Amino acid sequence: MLYIKCPYCGLRAQKEFSYGGDATVKRPNINEEVSSEDWDNFVYMRKSPRGKHTELWQHIAGCRQWIKVQRDTATHEIFQTAKVTEEIR
Amino acid sequence: MSQRFRLNKEGLINRNKKISFTFNGKKLFGYEGDTIASALIANGIHLVGRSFKYHRPRGFFGAGVEEPNAKLQVEFNGHSEPNVNATEMELVEGLSATSQNCWPSVNFDVGAINNFLKMFFPAGFYYKTFMWPKSFWYKIYEPFIRKAAGLGVASIEKDKERYEHKFEYCDLLVTGSGPSGLASAYAAAKNGAKVILAEDKPRFGGTLLTDDVSIDNLSGKDWAEKIISELKSMPNVTVKNRSQVFGYYDHNMLVMFERVSDHLEKKSKFIPRQRLWYIRAKETILSTGSIERPIVFGNNDTPGIFLSAAAKEYMKVYGVLVGKKPLIFTNNDSAYETALEFKKNNVEPIILDTREEHSSELIDEAKSKGIDIRFSHGVIVANGYKKVKSAKIGKLNKDKNSFEKIETVDCDCICVSGFWTPSVHLASQSGNKLKYEEKIDAFVPDKKKQHETSVGAANGSFTLEESLKNGFENGSNLSAKITDTKTEIAIPNVNEKKYGAHDKFWCMPLPKNENPKRFVDFQNDVSVSDIEIALREGYRSIEHVKRYTTLGMATDQGRTSNLNGLQLVSNIENKIVPEVGHTTFRPPFTPITIGTIVGREVGMEYMPTRKTPMHEWHEKNNAVFVDAGAWKRPRYYKQGNETLFEASKREAKNVRENVGICDVTTLGKIDIKGPDAAEFLNRVYTNAWMKLPVGKARYGLMLREDGIVMDDGTTTRISENHYHMTTTTAQAANVLSHLEYYLQIVWPELNVNVVSTTEQWAGAAIAGPKSRDMLSKLYPDLDVSNDALPFMGYKEAEFFGVPSRIFRISFSGELAYEINVKSDHGMFMWEKMMEVGKEFGNQPYGTEALSTLRIEMGHVAGPELDGRTIPSDVSLNGLVSKKKDFIGKNSLGREAFNVESRQKIVGLIPIDRKSSIPEGSHIVQDQNAKLPNPKLGHVSSSCWSVENNNPFSLAIMKDGKNMIGKKFFAVSPLKNKSIEVEVISSHYVDPEGKRVRS
Repeated sequence: MLYIKCPYCGLRAQKEFSYGGDATVKRPNINEEVSSEDWDNFVYMRKSPRGKHTELWQHIAGCRQWIKVQRDTATHEIFQTAKVTEEIR
Repeated sequence: MSQRFRLNKEGLINRNKKISFTFNGKKLFGYEGDTIASALIANGIHLVGRSFKYHRPRGFFGAGVEEPNAKLQVEFNGHSEPNVNATEMELVEGLSATSQNCWPSVNFDVGAINNFLKMFFPAGFYYKTFMWPKSFWYKIYEPFIRKAAGLGVASIEKDKERYEHKFEYCDLLVTGSGPSGLASAYAAAKNGAKVILAEDKPRFGGTLLTDDVSIDNLSGKDWAEKIISELKSMPNVTVKNRSQVFGYYDHNMLVMFERVSDHLEKKSKFIPRQRLWYIRAKETILSTGSIERPIVFGNNDTPGIFLSAAAKEYMKVYGVLVGKKPLIFTNNDSAYETALEFKKNNVEPIILDTREEHSSELIDEAKSKGIDIRFSHGVIVANGYKKVKSAKIGKLNKDKNSFEKIETVDCDCICVSGFWTPSVHLASQSGNKLKYEEKIDAFVPDKKKQHETSVGAANGSFTLEESLKNGFENGSNLSAKITDTKTEIAIPNVNEKKYGAHDKFWCMPLPKNENPKRFVDFQNDVSVSDIEIALREGYRSIEHVKRYTTLGMATDQGRTSNLNGLQLVSNIENKIVPEVGHTTFRPPFTPITIGTIVGREVGMEYMPTRKTPMHEWHEKNNAVFVDAGAWKRPRYYKQGNETLFEASKREAKNVRENVGICDVTTLGKIDIKGPDAAEFLNRVYTNAWMKLPVGKARYGLMLREDGIVMDDGTTTRISENHYHMTTTTAQAANVLSHLEYYLQIVWPELNVNVVSTTEQWAGAAIAGPKSRDMLSKLYPDLDVSNDALPFMGYKEAEFFGVPSRIFRISFSGELAYEINVKSDHGMFMWEKMMEVGKEFGNQPYGTEALSTLRIEMGHVAGPELDGRTIPSDVSLNGLVSKKKDFIGKNSLGREAFNVESRQKIVGLIPIDRKSSIPEGSHIVQDQNAKLPNPKLGHVSSSCWSVENNNPFSLAIMKDGKNMIGKKFFAVSPLKNKSIEVEVISSHYVDPEGKRVRS
């Protein structure tokens, strides 16, 4: 079970969180024209990298905040966690 | 039967307490502190089981977790458990053990014929034999394999025992209380670290209990006792025996299995049987020790053959002799200690040492005590079927591949030692890639992957001095990093015997024309020849050899067989062991009970139960409940001998004719506040929200970004910047997360807050033509006329002195209202409604009637919004705005969503107007068509229309809009039904929606 540092609550067990996918995906702006290709990429296309991956998790059984987690998909090592408003390098 | 093999004094058992038990029906005695194994050996019983494949007689081989053979069916405390390790299970009064995998008895086993047919049971036998004819598989082969496979029998009784889970955090977890574990724990404890010390066995001390050593002038056992009692007195230390750390998971999460009360004759009521510990440790010391490995020789599985350290443990811990005429067969010095222990107990051993004549401290001591030592010797084959009677031994030539002399010697046990294998299971599970240590012919941990540090024998250091030093240093350094305190501890003086070098020898050659079975893996009956066959047939990867031969795949995880298997493969392949590599170690290290994994989450505690504030009333009024997620909802209220069908019909009919009330507390409720709330709703829902006035409700539809309908419900504008959203019961949690996602990540600029208020409000729907009359009685001072409170209107008013919210919304399609009060007032509201509603013929209705009402109205719900439908599929495209953008809008333009023959919701009635159509039925053109019969759609919801008094169903059908009036078949192979149906509109009752507005 992973041990995830919520930027609001501190280190908590994985069972308090739910996974939310790739954090680097940007939704096309509302009320703006978007090409079908860009839209399809946003809705369907995800990378599945081996290694570093910045992803979203929600602390559903805690503060209910969505957070960013940079994790190694092969070893599960967590390099960094951050608020969604913060950048992860 | 007397305990003929019990020594008079030796051992750590409590001779003052006799314990009676039975084995295969025979009444026997042992002492408190015995294991089943030690008690049986004391009684001279060695034949305890039959082997997996050949049903060969098997006895004990080890004295702990390494035991591959002695797995018994054990009954105690009123339950029966299979595959119990006899060398680990402690003896308790009244315990009854029986042999497994034998019929009719362990002494005479019919399956043993396999032993004589062994040429037909080679490696890969299952793969080769059961292939043809194909038709034999289900009826003949599979039942046969199932019957032959497995060992014990799982109980079919309900497990009455109590199991627990515990979550713990510590600075340092020490796994194993041998010398290095004790030293680590002690040093860390002295530095003020929070320490957990886990010992798998009942007694602490590991090898200190059996080795002839002294530490600071104390015997190993006394020193261990001293350290343990000091650790127990420290508030920062938890010391646990009977506790096996069996899994090393991500982020230093270790899981431990504690046998809390299996060893107790009587236990208090609330003590669990076993406990699972989830331990998050900052650092972990792996002091798991090492396991002796055997030397492979002919018939090496005969009862009476032991690992030499196990034989010593039986003498020193349990005061039991494994035999009175022992042969000690070794390639190293450690077995000499076993020989000396025998000698001390007046038993004369013969030592067969594969090494050439040489000298060491232990050899010299054995010689001086007059023990018969034969160098360059080994056991070729053990004689005896159910027990060792003699052994054919041989003098090896210089190359150790043939014999200079062969003779037979009498013996009643053979104690074998092929040197030591560090227990690297936990280290490997942590992700540590192991490295091969040539010096000890075994794998040891390499670079750390997590926060694990292996010490002592688990790390390949086999001397006490080194283990202690290793333990003290690592325990101190690792804890000092956490506590910032370093207490100097003097490393104690050690007195131990020096071992000479071991012989890199692991398998006895066979003389010409002799071919006895030489087992590598006892539990799965894998012999040298099986591995040779696998390699001959082209298997190269060790992982493939493992699966083909089943080497190391039994419950003992190949603890005694792994390295010998690897050596064998390496020799045949002319490779070195590290090139062959090792197979993967996986948790659990030892088998654990399913009960422990499940813990308290059984029956009612399997998941939380959510009850509405009116639950007790429903219970008192014969409600039959149905699970809606974690909620309990009344499905119907049973009157007399009514069936579900009769009751739901009555309830639904009453709503159509009079008035009914329904507990709708379980609907998800989300409070939405903020100046941008309208804009937010406008983006979340497909329809327009900017112009909804205060005091009005609106039905809304929300999509996922891929255009699929996510949920529906009404949202009411309570005040300028305050909305009350309802969701379906099932989607409540998902919708909240969905809203939070967009507010926190996508549109953080919107000033809106959302919070779940599901449990804050109790809700009741009042539905039926008489609902307004009833409402006016509930709110005598309020104008509830159609003008004052129109459809989709909202009012706040006092309900008999209690604040309440009135929504004029309808799920049933009738004139209807929903009243919300604070949860605490829910029961009051409900009882008042029942009281006031009497004169209008009010009756409560459950979810079954609720479904009937919505289905015949053509209102969609979960079965239609099943994650595969877009708005137009369920005839809700009228709610999709063309003017504004919203979540999922861009996806609605996809080609597949707009094809002419796109699926659509329709209504179905049976031609005979009688046969109910099972939900999930497929709609087909021709009921007799060849399979696979082309599917035109599926039945999503079915009911008995109370309005028209015949069955009615909703279905999602290909090209639905052009199917009205056509006839098809609804087929349900599951229910073995095929019903001719006619397609009609999905709005079966009041298609214009007049009633809700009346």
